[in-house]
Amino acid sequence: MNIRAIRRGAAGLAALISVVLLPVSAVAQDTSAVQGVRIGLTYSAGVRPGLYVLPMLGARADSIRAIITRDIDFGDRISVIAPDSGTPPTGRLNYPLYGRLGAAAVLQLSLDAGGGLKVVLHEVASAQAMNTRDYPLPGPELGPDWRMALHAVADEIERWITGVQGVAATRILFTRGGTLWVVDSDGQNAHAVPGVGSGLDGAWHPSGRTIGYTEMNDDGTRIVVREMSGARTRRIAAGPGSNITPAFSPDGRHVAYAWGEDGTDIFLHSLEGDGGRIRVTAGRGSTEAQPTFSPDGRRVVFTSFRLGRPELYITDADGANTELLTTSGFGDQLYRADPSWSPDGRFVAFSSQIEGRFQITTIGLRDRGVKQHTIDGINEDPSWAPDARHLVFTSNRGGTRQLWVLDTESGRMRQLTRGEPARMAAWSPRLADVK
Amino acid sequence: MNTRTLVPLVLVLLAASACRRQPEPAPEPMPTPVMVNQDSIDAARRAREAAEREAAERARREAEERTRAEAEARARAAADAARRAFSTAIYFDYDRSDLKPEARSLLDSKIPLMRANTPVRIRIAGHADERGSDSYNMALSQRRAASAKAYLVSQGIAADRIETVGFGEERPAATGSNEAAWAQNRRAEFEIIVGGENLRLP
Repeated sequence: MNIRAIRRGAAGLAALISVVLLPVSAVAQDTSAVQGVRIGLTYSAGVRPGLYVLPMLGARADSIRAIITRDIDFGDRISVIAPDSGTPPTGRLNYPLYGRLGAAAVLQLSLDAGGGLKVVLHEVASAQAMNTRDYPLPGPELGPDWRMALHAVADEIERWITGVQGVAATRILFTRGGTLWVVDSDGQNAHAVPGVGSGLDGAWHPSGRTIGYTEMNDDGTRIVVREMSGARTRRIAAGPGSNITPAFSPDGRHVAYAWGEDGTDIFLHSLEGDGGRIRVTAGRGSTEAQPTFSPDGRRVVFTSFRLGRPELYITDADGANTELLTTSGFGDQLYRADPSWSPDGRFVAFSSQIEGRFQITTIGLRDRGVKQHTIDGINEDPSWAPDARHLVFTSNRGGTRQLWVLDTESGRMRQLTRGEPARMAAWSPRLADVK
Repeated sequence: MNTRTLVPLVLVLLAASACRRQPEPAPEPMPTPVMVNQDSIDAARRAREAAEREAAERARREAEERTRAEAEARARAAADAARRAFSTAIYFDYDRSDLKPEARSLLDSKIPLMRANTPVRIRIAGHADERGSDSYNMALSQRRAASAKAYLVSQGIAADRIETVGFGEERPAATGSNEAAWAQNRRAEFEIIVGGENLRLP
């Protein structure tokens, strides 16, 4: 999806939009919101504007409508009203009726003769269509590209309404049966990543085209950087011992990982030029691992055993100014790990042992405020979505370890994977523009 | 010859003639002459001697085979015993990589083996139970392997004879989510990677 094109269209609309439909007073809290994009709804936490999704006719209409409706619902910012059956209305929409049903907007989907999708978003308060756009749908129908195109449409609709782009057009990398798998954000299209043998600790390059992971064989572990297309694979091993927990820098020019034989330290390996590396931590026999970058790439949070228990530390990316991050608020609990820095830079999510079981927890970078997000079962290894609002994590609450998605604002959760156990999830960047 | 001489002679002859007129017995067949083949005798003798030699050789070989098999069995048993002693795992406490006394004792038992089998190189593989952070457990397990190596090196074993690797919780020895399984999984295992063909007990 071309965001600049959206912004150009939205800028024109902004001049037209002067009526705020919903009586909300709070200022939008999403830091990724773009001024002038919304059609008039002011989003704030706890407020979910209603969207009425009209019935649709045509081949695969039910699938198209279901995918887009579900994506918008999973976004947790919009309350979707989508009756199961009916025929699309003809002529002018009865806007007051939809208003009485709780809708602030009405979504009209139709197929054109060429198999493309026409999307019209109506604003109930102004009783007019506010956004109209045609989208090609790449074949084959129901295939991965076709589904991803629909996810991108859902993300754009969400942006039209709330000003915040959705995260439907993303995928989650995870480990199942010792190798890497990937699944769409709606839980569909789960499959093993072709060409990967042993695969743990998957990580996404910011391009969305390349992944990194830990390859484990009988003689040890090494870091692998691989293009998703399979066109290029690089094995990076600092030396014998453990080479684990890769993470790409936000500019995509480095991969950080932990290496060592007697304890591990974090190294920053250049993916350009001669591939030189620098040491970020000096654990002196401790275990330093699981680096995660700040969005500007200047700082790194990691897990260290230097106090005799796993805790989170924060440091400059060159290793200077290291300090304990998880300083308080944990009572006598002694284990914190799996840090993931939110894309908006405000929080670090991590696993914290509480009453003997791991729970998903976040800590604010500004105030060091700690919030526990899960209670049931064992919940660990969080990874942020690009919207800095949703987390994917591993939970055994359903009996086996599976991936679940948490909306950190509402607390709503949904199960993402089913079947064989799944763990070690990494949420991709937005993939709508990735071919 | 006078008459007096001739008469007795005639009488004798007559008597003799009378005797010859009795039925004569059937004449005995002439015996077939035996053709003695010395070559055949020699061949038979040689065959007999060869068979005897072969039996003796077979017996000797069998005895040697038994001896060798017994020696090999003893060597194999010794090698197996050595391999078992090499491969005996050591165990750790939860989220710990320091060696417990029993782990040190087991490592002590490996030191003479390392000294008696100088071509041997080993790989120590650390493991963790399922309870910690998945990826952090890989680092923890590496530290467990490193602890075992450090102890062996401190006892005089060359560091370059020992590799270490951490498998985290990826290769459990026991399944289950209980202390019995966890205790078996918090371990370091020992594998001979070079020179394991002719192990000797000290």
